Amino acid sequence: MRGESKSMCNTCGCSDDGGAVLRKPGESDYHVHVDDGGAGKHHTHGEVERSEEAHHQEVHHDHHHDHDHHHHHEIRSRHVLLEEDVLLKNNLLAERNRGYFEAKEIVALNFLSSPGSGKTSLLETIIPLLQQRLPVAVIEGDQQTTNDADRIHALGVPVIQINTGSGCHLDALMIQRALHEMELQEHSLLCIENVGNLVCPALFDLGEALKVVIISVTEGDDKPLKYPTMFHEADLCILNKIDLLPYVEFDVARCRQNAMRVNHHLEWFELSAKTGEGVAEWLEWLEKRLKLL
Amino acid sequence: MHEMSIALSIVEAVVAHAQKEGGVGISEIELLVGKLAGIEADALTFCFSAAAAGTLAGEARLVLEEPEGVGECGECGLRFPVNFYYAECPECRSLRITIVSGEEFLIQSITIDERGE
Ligand SMILES: Nc1nc2c(ncn2[C@@H]2O[C@H](COP(=O)(O)OP(=O)(O)O)[C@@H](O)[C@H]2O)c(=O)[nH]1
Ligand SMILES: [Mg+2]
Ligand SMILES: [Zn+2]
Ligand SMILES: [Zn+2]
Ligand SMILES: [Zn+2]
Repeated sequence: MRGESKSMCNTCGCSDDGGAVLRKPGESDYHVHVDDGGAGKHHTHGEVERSEEAHHQEVHHDHHHDHDHHHHHEIRSRHVLLEEDVLLKNNLLAERNRGYFEAKEIVALNFLSSPGSGKTSLLETIIPLLQQRLPVAVIEGDQQTTNDADRIHALGVPVIQINTGSGCHLDALMIQRALHEMELQEHSLLCIENVGNLVCPALFDLGEALKVVIISVTEGDDKPLKYPTMFHEADLCILNKIDLLPYVEFDVARCRQNAMRVNHHLEWFELSAKTGEGVAEWLEWLEKRLKLL
Repeated sequence: MHEMSIALSIVEAVVAHAQKEGGVGISEIELLVGKLAGIEADALTFCFSAAAAGTLAGEARLVLEEPEGVGECGECGLRFPVNFYYAECPECRSLRITIVSGEEFLIQSITIDERGE
């Protein structure tokens, strides 16, 4: 099972199941499996996997047993009304995270975009500006690598990487486990960089104060129409890489209009993480909106 | 593929309910998946069979009801079908539209098998 190319858990080669793993830059020995039953202890995954298997076998066994030995018991079916939100469990966990953030006066931002739109670059731009004014910490979501976490680590702020493996989004449980592994200060800012994907991260509330969706001018201006759920769920949209506008065919007004069609409450900002143009305006808005600083 | 993790959470939820009800199996699961919920019905059905294998829901039939999107105009109050792409009031051209249906994503009901006495 130690497929060299697939394994992201270098320590124990345990990642073929695609479960999420927490890692920290500069601590190569450190890793925690998110799905290991709550303890968050390193290397307990083997046991958990085994007990899950055993559980499945038990269920199977019961089934066969019934059919083989209890012919005189007839099987009746009964309709049970549930009306339960499919994402109930995630939503409940997200509310717990939200309660934790509120109690500690932590503002959590969930950054969402396609790969390459500039989430990490934007964090690299704003963190030095914010850092002197309030504590900042970062959770990085990525399927495989710690590259982004390493970039944030270089800025000298606490960062934890959640490698989601085959999972294409962060969920509230991963955040809860990551929070457990971090010591966030009171009255601070937590930036969460979600996995680069505009589809399912929209469905998973993490407990954040705001969802920030980023698109860049090198993408299509119809992106909001292609990923309406994401733009519908977002609180604000940042159009990044405006320094490239002279070189690309991108209709800013049309993109904005498309975004507003999907969500008329959406706040809109245009900036360049590279040159810093427009960043101050956005941070000013953020400050006011969140009574941050 | 996020439909897989969603399928897993559906299986987890229905199995927990069936066990609580004393069921020995689940024969049917009714889902309400609004057209605007951001869920690919085909992908979900595909993932479900993998997610359910070996559980109480392993033999369950998945029945999807997919309500259409309906928007309500914030200016004139008109209700009309929306698919997100053109959430614009056909009457007054307003873009202030509130979605009133189509975002549902619920496990409506399950049918459990019980041992008769
Ligand atoms: N020209 C330009 N390039 C940018 C800007 N922001 C990010 N990039 C580049 O876009 C690429 C992807 O950025 P990254 O922050 O890693 O995107 P992420 O995948 O969303 O985290 C990198 O090569 C960045 O240097 C910008 O404002 N202008
Ligand atoms: Mg990144
Ligand atoms: Zn491991
Ligand atoms: Zn996903
Ligand atoms: Zn109208």
